[in-house]
Amino acid sequence: MRYAMVIDTLKCVGCSDCVVACQTENNVPHGFCRDWITEAVSGTYPNIELELRSERCNHCDNAPCVRCCPTGASHIVEGGIVLVTANECIGCGACIESCPYDARYQHPDGYVDKCTFCHHRLEKGQLPACVSVCPTKCMYFGDLDDPNSEVSQLLKNRKYKTLAPEAGTKPHVFYLI
Amino acid sequence: MVTSRRKFIKISALGLGGLVTASTTYKLFGANPILDAAVKDNVAKKLARSATYCEVCFWKCAAWAYTDEAGDIKKIIGNDDDAHCNGRLCPRGTGGVGMYSDEDRLKTPLIRTIVDGEETYREASWEEALDLIASKFKEVKEKYGPESFALLKHGSPGSHLEHLFKAYGSDTIAEPAYAQCRGPRETGFGLTFGSWVGSPEPTDIRDTKCLVLIGSHIGENMHNSQVQEMSDAIDNGATIITVDPRFSTAASKSKHWLPIKPATDIALLLSWMHVLIEEGIYNKEYVEKYTTGFNALKANVKPYTPEWAYGITTIKPEEIRKTARIMAAAAPSVIVHPGRHVVWYGDDSQRSRAIAILNGILGSWGNRGGFYFKEKINIPKFPHPTYPEPKWGWHNLGEKYPFAEMGITSEIINATLEKDHTEYPIKAWMVAGTNLINTLPQREKTIEAINALDFLVVIDTMPMEITGYADVVLPECTYLERYDGIRSATNRTPSIAVRIPAVKPKYNSKPAWWISKQIGERLGLGDYFNYDDFEEVIEWQLNKLGTSLDEMKKIGVKNFERKSGPLFLKEGQEYQFYTPSGKIELYSQQLADKGFDPIPVYTPHPEPPQGFYRLNYGRSPMHTFSRTINNPNLSDLKSENTLWVNPKVARILGLKKDQKVWLKNQNGVLSTFSIKVRVTERIRWDSVYMYHGFGHNNKKLSRAFGKGASDTDLISKTVVDPLMGGTGLRGNFVSILTENPYKNSEI
Amino acid sequence: MQEELFTSGRNIPNIDPSLQIWHWPISLYLFLGGLAAGILFFAALFYILGKENEYPAAVKVATIVPPIALTIGLLALVYDLTHPLYTWQLYTTFRIESPMSWGAWVLLITTPLSFLWTFSFYRDAFPKIEAKLNVFKKLKFLDKFEKFIISNRLYIAYTLIPLSIILGVYTGILLSAFNARPLWNNAILGPLFLTSGLSTGAAAIILLSKNIKERHMFSKIDLALIVIEIALIIHMIMGYHAGSQVHLEAMELLVGGEFTLMFFGFVILLGLLVPAILEAIELLGFKVPVVVPAILVIIGGLIFRFIMVEAGQLTRYLY
Repeated sequence: MRYAMVIDTLKCVGCSDCVVACQTENNVPHGFCRDWITEAVSGTYPNIELELRSERCNHCDNAPCVRCCPTGASHIVEGGIVLVTANECIGCGACIESCPYDARYQHPDGYVDKCTFCHHRLEKGQLPACVSVCPTKCMYFGDLDDPNSEVSQLLKNRKYKTLAPEAGTKPHVFYLI
Repeated sequence: MVTSRRKFIKISALGLGGLVTASTTYKLFGANPILDAAVKDNVAKKLARSATYCEVCFWKCAAWAYTDEAGDIKKIIGNDDDAHCNGRLCPRGTGGVGMYSDEDRLKTPLIRTIVDGEETYREASWEEALDLIASKFKEVKEKYGPESFALLKHGSPGSHLEHLFKAYGSDTIAEPAYAQCRGPRETGFGLTFGSWVGSPEPTDIRDTKCLVLIGSHIGENMHNSQVQEMSDAIDNGATIITVDPRFSTAASKSKHWLPIKPATDIALLLSWMHVLIEEGIYNKEYVEKYTTGFNALKANVKPYTPEWAYGITTIKPEEIRKTARIMAAAAPSVIVHPGRHVVWYGDDSQRSRAIAILNGILGSWGNRGGFYFKEKINIPKFPHPTYPEPKWGWHNLGEKYPFAEMGITSEIINATLEKDHTEYPIKAWMVAGTNLINTLPQREKTIEAINALDFLVVIDTMPMEITGYADVVLPECTYLERYDGIRSATNRTPSIAVRIPAVKPKYNSKPAWWISKQIGERLGLGDYFNYDDFEEVIEWQLNKLGTSLDEMKKIGVKNFERKSGPLFLKEGQEYQFYTPSGKIELYSQQLADKGFDPIPVYTPHPEPPQGFYRLNYGRSPMHTFSRTINNPNLSDLKSENTLWVNPKVARILGLKKDQKVWLKNQNGVLSTFSIKVRVTERIRWDSVYMYHGFGHNNKKLSRAFGKGASDTDLISKTVVDPLMGGTGLRGNFVSILTENPYKNSEI
Repeated sequence: MQEELFTSGRNIPNIDPSLQIWHWPISLYLFLGGLAAGILFFAALFYILGKENEYPAAVKVATIVPPIALTIGLLALVYDLTHPLYTWQLYTTFRIESPMSWGAWVLLITTPLSFLWTFSFYRDAFPKIEAKLNVFKKLKFLDKFEKFIISNRLYIAYTLIPLSIILGVYTGILLSAFNARPLWNNAILGPLFLTSGLSTGAAAIILLSKNIKERHMFSKIDLALIVIEIALIIHMIMGYHAGSQVHLEAMELLVGGEFTLMFFGFVILLGLLVPAILEAIELLGFKVPVVVPAILVIIGGLIFRFIMVEAGQLTRYLY
């Protein structure tokens, strides 16, 4: 089992529903976020390209945050999901420094928080909140180990990229381009 | 009690001593299930759900509000059975929670009073506030007649208050959603097809082969099912053609983006018709069978070659031809989208006519992938005495505009200002659910009209700018805390949705139905409000519709079978359109009779003078107009707007990213606040762009105050649509000031 | 024009627009850790070599610094934690891949050892203080304890050598393990911080030494360390220069960016070159107050930690 998220940038309109759905689902405090939208514009008027991306923790295979965590609060569970156990976290910030995606933040209560792929929903057989709410249905979630899953098929048939692959983290959020 | 992760940690921090030993030992022996469970579950466990439909915008998606055991609304999720959202709300719907939790909400009735010579508000009881309002209703009726009390409204509270006003004897009712938004397209399509576009738009986007957007920025406007279907259309390989001077999000999804020179759309539309007709690639069978006036159209558009249009629109002739051919190849499975906010340049009904005609000769109306025949359920009227006949009403105010089909807000303003020398004097307003200060152009005039009023009562959930001008402010509870009328909208299949309160009204706020009833009873109109709770009305109506309140509480949305016939025309089917001729009117005799152009013509519009840029504005997907800027969840997403400036302009003016600038329009009107610059290729060099709704100037909106600039500030000039009274808003030009113009005038 | 911006959901305090999770306590802690490692290394080394009386400052007197430095450093570290009540979680596990875990454990062992070491020389090195305090007279069992420690001092010295090297290297590895921060992410940082730590340690010994021979010895050592340090810094910058775009951008912070003046002025020039020249001149027989180069080295080492911690957090892959 290897969970992955595939996001179709050709459909994403950057509405940020994923961001607010995550906030209400996971009690993310105001002023913080576990996911966010990036807009990249290139070219010169009128030959322009626009890419909108919903970004979050990449749940990397080679997760630097897990490696550098001194207490084991950051850990990887079944399916390759990177989680933080709040009451093992000392708030040293090493994982925040180690993340090339800046996907982690210090919760006002002190521990470090981030996207969990909505682990609690997956356990109930539900999709992550961001995926389930997306009005453009540009987000896909599933098991990469299953060659017939929607995500495996999309990555097989479409052109895609990951973010900062040069950081060597083997991220598991893929962007169809 | 629900144990969230946050709470758990706070508790455990207190009992740290015990925890240290306990946890150290547990780690040596493996996982501790109690601790792990407590930490993992940062989401409340037991959530109760109740049916509602969203009121953050007018799309009214059906949804479930989830409440925890403490009675707090935690999240709102779309109803899977609802055609408006298909289980997926937009960010504003999901963030609707913030509308309820916003601590800046209006909390109690307020009455204007004078303390130490200064006007201020004092908190009042509902009893006192309602008595005062009722006395004003009586006073206006006695002195001037009930018609002189006007209702300006938007959204669900409107229908309750409309009932009150009609019972009282006033039909002086208008909403900005008509003359400041979608009115012209209803006129344009009405004149052509005999049918309004309506809401939601009956566009079969998901099955279309070609979607043409004229300045319509689906994806930035989050008209939910439209956005969803555009995404489906992308999946299905549809060709999207976007006409927009700005590289909108929709433009970035389009195969063809036509970066048109602003205010020249009609030229392009006429040229497209020219190509379709001259090349003989229009839908001949359809035109033959269902339309009238084709020959007149043909003769009319003959001179409008792509070469002619190129000089006006700056779009290359081959691009015009190519896109016309794509539409023709896709026809009838093609949609030239009517748009929604279409009050641009004053000839907007005629532009909407041109769009309608283009759809007519492509044959998209009534065809799969084009426009479907919409249907809705008629909700039975709860019995009440017949309304008295008003002596005059919105019709009379809009007499100048023969094709106006709803009240025109700007005419209510005019009638208020001219109250002493008009036969239709307006002396008092009730404003509900619309922040006129930020929705109407020509703010000074609006304020002048307000100052001329004898009485102004404002009903809102938030301390919007308009509340600051009121004599009495009534705090309405949010949609999550009240019953409202049954939602019945036009769709592919008819459906109904209910709104059940998820929680009790917070603070001392009340639902609009209750306010209406209370005022009505004080006016001796109790017979019109023959119920104790609006729940009874819904229950009665639902029973008539063959369902029940209990069932609807469980399902939220009920879909019904179509009764009006198939969604689309069958091959060769005879069809009567609701026009005088029964056909699609390519040539409009109705217009000709009233002295208007029966076929649209292009007229040039003023262009920005040297040093000025056309002020263009639009929607941010995270906000609904100016209503949601203070919403804590949505403010988190976007707290202020920026001024989009082309890099060439930025170079000339020496502007840098995030630099604060002020704007001054052609009439010397200054923006109240500064706005940060966004240097971007997405905008033309002759225009600037900003999201609408920001730049609130009421300090009581703690998150929204002073964040960004308001486009409405700067729209001091309008061009009125002679057909239906719409106010064209896009003819304003601004210059960019890098020095604070208020520097020397600060108090 | 290229443009990249956040549409929504960012502007998190301390992360956007630039990462600022680690503040002055971390810089101070890295500096004090290196300083303590340097002194402990020399103390243990010269004790093993049997030169405790030849180099009394190194083996005895200066060892008063590490316990204090490590204590302040640890307090600074805990002060910077945002969930400090859970600090004990560091000692429920050992994470072999986490430099911070290594550091926590090394400190857990080194800090008490440094106290014991100082304690064992307390009566020998600070007779005047003991004469005033009379601690040993008040607490009789200390005599026995002192004897026990002294008899095991050689073992402690053998333990301290690797521990102090790990501690010195760790202060650099802590940063270099973060491949998300291109400025930090190079293999030189570990040896560089170790060298710098040893150099500041040597400088501290010079400051506390009253013996000309010892001062000269440590001036030579320090000079050699400074030369190595400069070589390593050149190496590091060459590494950035040959690196990818993000490394080039990282280098620009130090060379031609906002940290250039601090880096070249205070670290390279005043912290390394000037003291090296002064020490060389002094060794050649000219009269130079040795306090000056020693203080410059120590201040240079401190500023170097501040620059690396601050600048490193500005460098990133995305946005």
